[in-house]
Amino acid sequence: MNENNAIGTNSVGIVAPQTAHFNAPLTLKSGAVLPQFTLVYETYGKLNADKSNAVLICHALSGTHHVAGKYSVDDKYPGWWDNLVGPNKPLDTNKFFVIGVNNLGGCHGSTGAASINPATQQPWGSQFPVLTVEDWVTSQALLADYLGIKQLAAVVGGSLGGMQALQWTIAQPERVRHALVIASAPNLTAQNMAFNEVARQAIITDPEFHGGDYYAHGVVPRRGLRIARMLGHITYLSDDAMGAKFGRKLKDGVKYSFDAEFEMESYLRYQGDKFAGEFDANTYLRMTRALDYYDPALPFDNDLSAALKNVSAQFLVVSFTSDWRFSPARSREIVKALLDNERTVSYAEVTAAHGHDAFLMPDKHYHDILHTYLSKIEV
Amino acid sequence: MQTTVTNNVNITNSDAQFRQDFAIIANWVKFGSKVLDLGCGDGELLQFLRTGMEVKGYGVEKDDANWLACLNNGTNVIQMDLEDGLSGFEDQSFDTVILSQTLQAMHNTQEIVQEMLRVGHEIIVTFPNFGYWRNRIQITNGHMPVSKTLPYEWYNTPNVHLCTINDFDQFCKKYKITILERKVITDGSEVNFMPNLLGNLAMYRLKAI
Repeated sequence: MNENNAIGTNSVGIVAPQTAHFNAPLTLKSGAVLPQFTLVYETYGKLNADKSNAVLICHALSGTHHVAGKYSVDDKYPGWWDNLVGPNKPLDTNKFFVIGVNNLGGCHGSTGAASINPATQQPWGSQFPVLTVEDWVTSQALLADYLGIKQLAAVVGGSLGGMQALQWTIAQPERVRHALVIASAPNLTAQNMAFNEVARQAIITDPEFHGGDYYAHGVVPRRGLRIARMLGHITYLSDDAMGAKFGRKLKDGVKYSFDAEFEMESYLRYQGDKFAGEFDANTYLRMTRALDYYDPALPFDNDLSAALKNVSAQFLVVSFTSDWRFSPARSREIVKALLDNERTVSYAEVTAAHGHDAFLMPDKHYHDILHTYLSKIEV
Repeated sequence: MQTTVTNNVNITNSDAQFRQDFAIIANWVKFGSKVLDLGCGDGELLQFLRTGMEVKGYGVEKDDANWLACLNNGTNVIQMDLEDGLSGFEDQSFDTVILSQTLQAMHNTQEIVQEMLRVGHEIIVTFPNFGYWRNRIQITNGHMPVSKTLPYEWYNTPNVHLCTINDFDQFCKKYKITILERKVITDGSEVNFMPNLLGNLAMYRLKAI
């Protein structure tokens, strides 16, 4: 099937989100209990008869369940990983049943800080618990149960999503056959966490944050969120990529002002404004905290090899040469721990100029890698 | 022209030599053992060893196209530059570490051999013998050798550390590396008489003292 519909070549087409409600209380890693929760998700392709072709895509910091396709023909943009998922694309929906899910604590329909706390009938706000990668995997496994899927053919994720893919293999070793861990790390370095702290401080010190209970005041900490996102964007690009994209280009000459005179400035402001208008600050705080806390080796005396001892999934680990926020060296730590356990693993270090953002780009060699690996998975 | 001393295996083309090369390596690795092939190319040797010796194999390859070929034929392959050493591999974590016809292209020759000895119980190193008589003739005629085992011109060769069998023997002596076994082949046949003159491809099975 080489589809060429109104949405574009090889698109999954028009999609719609679905909702799953979970009424049993969920005890989180922190000890906090969510009395009930909702996950919003999308699926692409068909689940086969023996339910062996399901692939879960885990999103990163600002991702959503909307991985591929469009909600209407007029939609300006498709889902965030549309270049990967679709008929005859690397993650081929003719073969696989692909699931995108908005993580718990997210702000695109799954239960989060803006949701109503059943105990108070008010938005959770500051009272919404801090979540961990482990909690996300637990809730995603409950979604798999809900969909009747005992074992995933693969879990795929980049960045924070890659941490979830790794965690799946640790926490649910019998429920995942393949893990594709892309532009990720087994934990964050101090420098990486430092960026998160600056981002959080920008939000928390915004006068309109109100300790996280800004919903009640009818405001959002827009300035803080905007700065947090601007900072993030700097770290997702390489120096070279920024140089190639903007260089020192001016929009309209030097004005001796503090307006957005350089093109780089207007790019960052645009990205910051766009994000501040659509993302929830409490979600941003919790996503960055989940990144900070993830450290599967910690209970094993910082021995990642020991942490991966019971892993049985096969791995594809991919990093990008210009990614300095999740550098190739961090991916190689995962590879080494897998080699120490004699697991099946291949590792690609893709030459790419785009920095951390490269994992979302349709680079030919990168997509050839994913296509080749995924095409060999038996379903 | 075949003037080399040969055993009774009558193989003369270069493909057959590759098979002879692989056959000797297969003979040197233990059945079901754990093997690391450095500079594994498209994974052909590891495929051969997986099929014939049921080894648990991993390859290391830098080149994108070769790496992808490995992935495609089911070889576990790690993309990295051997010049950076083998820091991703634990001491004595492999039964055999192989460097097949890659030594001559390494800048850090001594370092990679020491790293192999650190990671593997035994190592296998093979390289084109620069002392082979056909190479000597080309030098005598005033040119850098170009042949099936040295297929490059002087200006585009990746080979930076070509050596002879005598040179490599000295290298092993100097760095206290034990030669467990050595085979020399030319056009698929073993060479036992004057190997440094008549041998095209040198194959060593080594271990640290």
